[in-house]
Amino acid sequence: MNPEVPRVALAVERLSIRFGGLTAVESMSFAVNEGEVVSLIGPNGAGKTSAFNAITGYLPAASGDIAYRGERLNGMKPNRIAELGVVRTFQKTSVFAGQTVLDNILIGLHSRSRQYPIAILLGFPFVAREEEELVEEAHEILRFVGINAPAAELASSLPYGELRLLEVAVALAAKPTLLLLDEPVSGMNPTETANFMKTLTRIRARDITVLLVEHDMKIVMGVSDRVVCLNQGRIIAEGAPVEIQRNPEVIRAYLGERYARAQN
Amino acid sequence: MRRVVTIAGLAFLFSIPLWLGNFYLLHVLIITGIFIIAAMSLNLLLGYTGQLSLGHAAFFGIGAYVSSLASLGFEVHLLPDWLVTLDPKPVWFAMACAIVITGLCGWAIGRIAFKVRGAYFVIVTISFAEVVRLVALNWDELTQGPMALNNIPPLSVAIPGLVDITFIGKVANYYLVLVFAILAYVIIARLVRSRAGRAMIALKENEALAASVGIDVTKYLVLATVVSAAIAGAAGALYAQYVRIVDPNVFLFIYTVTMVIMVVAGGKGTLAGPVVGGVIFGLLPEGLRSLAIAPEVQWIVYGVLMILVVYLLPQGIVPALRSLRQHRHPINSEPQPHADASARQVAP
Repeated sequence: MNPEVPRVALAVERLSIRFGGLTAVESMSFAVNEGEVVSLIGPNGAGKTSAFNAITGYLPAASGDIAYRGERLNGMKPNRIAELGVVRTFQKTSVFAGQTVLDNILIGLHSRSRQYPIAILLGFPFVAREEEELVEEAHEILRFVGINAPAAELASSLPYGELRLLEVAVALAAKPTLLLLDEPVSGMNPTETANFMKTLTRIRARDITVLLVEHDMKIVMGVSDRVVCLNQGRIIAEGAPVEIQRNPEVIRAYLGERYARAQN
Repeated sequence: MRRVVTIAGLAFLFSIPLWLGNFYLLHVLIITGIFIIAAMSLNLLLGYTGQLSLGHAAFFGIGAYVSSLASLGFEVHLLPDWLVTLDPKPVWFAMACAIVITGLCGWAIGRIAFKVRGAYFVIVTISFAEVVRLVALNWDELTQGPMALNNIPPLSVAIPGLVDITFIGKVANYYLVLVFAILAYVIIARLVRSRAGRAMIALKENEALAASVGIDVTKYLVLATVVSAAIAGAAGALYAQYVRIVDPNVFLFIYTVTMVIMVVAGGKGTLAGPVVGGVIFGLLPEGLRSLAIAPEVQWIVYGVLMILVVYLLPQGIVPALRSLRQHRHPINSEPQPHADASARQVAP
């Protein structure tokens, strides 16, 4: 699609992750180019979430390299990685449940804000001004993601679909250039899933690179430029969605014969 | 409306010594005020970062000791033939030292505790308080041990040609404590309603998610412990300069427990919570005493009331009142209150 030579955003080279004696990910290498949407698929336990955790600093890599825009991420703390623009969501629904929808986004806007403790304690006027700007920006993000619940609602009282959107909104507030989404539509109904696909398209239009872990093949095949399929910690196939759907090994390990027949 | 209530409340607080003829009650109010300052500082940690400091009396006590020692001066042998001498310093300077040094202690605790949360944070703070208490008890040369430091000078502020006040006596100390309490309240309010406060709340609510949006959780936990310790230290310094005698009992666990009761009963994670809890549980013993019942019965009533508050209002008094008000007057822009509206912990 892009006439230019693609520039690599995220490069994962021979990444291995171990839990004691168990190898969760074995010598995994893949790259995500700027502006791309890449999906990681594979059966449960294939190592998708482990790979996510290693990329975002929540798990140490046993070996291998992870680099984002040329900067090595290995050993960095999650908050440093987030500052570089690599922001994730979590598989298990994860918001600041006791806070309002608006406060959730305001927390997400943390690194956008320039208030230093001394300025806060002395009550500099720009702190109050910036607070107003942040609230404005938070409302804009809520509109962008399509959350209809009132901003003053407690996050814990949102319906499930909106809760999952709120997670994405919090991540977007952190101004990612690479967004890692871990099963964002799991538990959503078909309408919500369809709406989420539209949101994903708009996220993409903002030049945000996306790495997606998802079991919903409609989403995966619908939005991805490339798909990487994992099985038992190893990459078994990589390519355009059409190729992956026909790949016999992917069908055997993950998609199943019935899916393949349904596609044909 | 809100502003009117605030001004009326402040006017009332400032007017108390004018009509309250009873100096003993004024003394009780001063001590309660000092503990409310300490409770507010504890609330910054417990209510906002979610970390319970069960050694908070240590910061209070260190503040009291530093302020006393700096204003009295001391001579101490750090090595058998290395004598360190400090001449008595002006009291305002001693109190500033107390605030700075307790702030540094808070920084150390925050750094040590950088990875420990929950129960382990509690253990670190308890151990810290116990160690400090033993030092105060046994380092006779510096602290006089159980003999206590006495004749601590009161605070006096003298700007040539302008003011010359010595804070001695109940009325002056009442105003001193009131001003410090207002300052502490404003500092904490500013902090929790800012980016820093949101980072602390994020740590309490969901640390992994907080890190994922770029919040340096440890940094804000350290900030919270520093500010919290410094304010507790200020309360300790006020205490020393008012009571004018300090012994190692200021480190007793019961003082920490008193602060925790004030915060939890009033409503942790709300700005008004420690103030309301502090007023109730600070004045309650005196109120019960005035009923002229046996001391044992007073404490039983105190305990029963405390259990009732915690049992009936698990979120604390202030959040309970707030959700009650929301049920009565639902605000149009706000959603209809729901069952867990009392879980809303942060003042908007």
